[in-house]
Amino acid sequence: MIFRKFKQYSAFSAMWLACGLTVAILLAVIGYVIIRGFSHISMDFFLTPPRGGLSGEGGISSTIIATLYLVGTTLFFATPLGVGAGIFLVEYADSVRSMFVQKLVVIARFGVETLAGVPSIVFGLFGYALFVTTLHFGFSILSAALAGTCLVIPVIIRTTEEALKAVPVSYREASLAMGAGKWETIWKVVLPSAITGISTGIVLSAGRIVSETAIFYVTLGGSYRTPTSLMSSGRTMALHVYYLAMETRAFDKALATGAVLVVLIIILNLVINTISRWLSA
Amino acid sequence: MKYSLLFAALASILIVMMIGIFTFREALPAFRDIGVKNLLTESAWRPGEGQYGILAMIAGSGLVTLGAIVLGVPLALGCAIFLSEIAHPNLRAFVKPCVELLAGIPSVVYGLFGMVIIVPVVRGIDIPGNTGFGLFSASIVLAVMILPTITSVAEHAIRSVPKEFREGSLALGATKWETIQKVIIPGARSGIISAIVLGLGRALGETIAMIMVIGNSVIIPAASTDNPLSIFLSRARTLTGNIAVEINYATGLHESALFATGVILFVLIIVVNSSAKYLMSHGSLEKIR
Repeated sequence: MIFRKFKQYSAFSAMWLACGLTVAILLAVIGYVIIRGFSHISMDFFLTPPRGGLSGEGGISSTIIATLYLVGTTLFFATPLGVGAGIFLVEYADSVRSMFVQKLVVIARFGVETLAGVPSIVFGLFGYALFVTTLHFGFSILSAALAGTCLVIPVIIRTTEEALKAVPVSYREASLAMGAGKWETIWKVVLPSAITGISTGIVLSAGRIVSETAIFYVTLGGSYRTPTSLMSSGRTMALHVYYLAMETRAFDKALATGAVLVVLIIILNLVINTISRWLSA
Repeated sequence: MKYSLLFAALASILIVMMIGIFTFREALPAFRDIGVKNLLTESAWRPGEGQYGILAMIAGSGLVTLGAIVLGVPLALGCAIFLSEIAHPNLRAFVKPCVELLAGIPSVVYGLFGMVIIVPVVRGIDIPGNTGFGLFSASIVLAVMILPTITSVAEHAIRSVPKEFREGSLALGATKWETIQKVIIPGARSGIISAIVLGLGRALGETIAMIMVIGNSVIIPAASTDNPLSIFLSRARTLTGNIAVEINYATGLHESALFATGVILFVLIIVVNSSAKYLMSHGSLEKIR
């Protein structure tokens, strides 16, 4: 018995250690980047554009604008498609009678699953082949946003599905019993109750676009100037970190930009957690 | 309305098909002129001289993934078992968001951390030709990056083992650890394996962080001393890195060869992910029942 207790004791200690180590890694990465990064951050850092060239000097103002621009454009394409797909899969898919449409539903679900597993560099490659070269959009916000849309669509579809499934069936029944049509019910009853859940998916997607680098490395071009239109090239904050670290070896500036990114991601995570807690309350 | 929503639902499969068609179309000249066999088995990648073999990159991706699995899996599984079976709910409520946050940190930040902290430490290992950049540093970074994926999928699998299994085992006089070891882990086996396979898929697909720490040399990694583990101090290049580093200036057959690399990666990941899905749906739990 003592031996068995001892075995349990050592196994549990190993697991405490594994968990402790995981949290320690998280704190080390975040702590290091934030502490080292913030010592190089001032108001000017946010307000001036990068100087360009090989100096690594200057701030990050144009990369902030490019990031916002890209996130906005991507969500503009991805949100209607993702939410629409989610609505179809939850509200309509099970009630279709035609065999053909049923087959399409199976194929659509397979598509969502496959898309969720595609590595981001393949999206980049695809975006480069289709949007940058074949369609002649060039290295631009538009090309990058369309490639980024492929990345976040599965995220939005899944969270939309979850959110819609959480709406009680009685809501739908009540609305239908009052004489509302199917779409009217979805639009006026189901969607308003699911809107907070759906918004976590959108925030999550924004986070994915902010942190993604590989796709935009091959579709966005990397110009450090402030983008002026959909067809301008640009550089997101994440991409800026990469260029600073790899091309100019300006690690202090890279860490400072990385710190801004990490803080942004923490804030987005807090927003998502708050929404989910609010939902389950 | 219904049909426009159906179209939205079909957008994903359309994208998947377009990715397949476009990358394959661009890769076709490479498959035709270089040949699949040469592409996969030649070790020399010298686009200037018309040599396009991706064996070195396959070795690089394979070894770094192996390293990440060896380092990351014990940690991730320990974490998963701890969170689902041992941790007090309050502690779990603290650790779980931490693991999620670990998944949210941009890969470029991991790469940067690797360059600034891990590479200089690894450089301290006194072996000729060791620059710090290489498979070992990359494996460490990658292990941290796949940890959240494996932890959350495995934790979910462990939690879905029915409560009766635990109670039965404890009632028979087994200790808590014996229950975990002999009842819960076997019961969640398929879920745990698919968690590892999913982690493997993520590891194969990671790009930016790998470029930053692996050194990017096109060589087949080899041990530099008598100790075979020194192979991990060798520089290497991953399949993903090969695409990202060269695509922006590649033309002609070179560009096509990069697309071929992408097709191979795409196929590889689909195989990996489908096997994870297969394991998940044909779980061992059904057999027990």
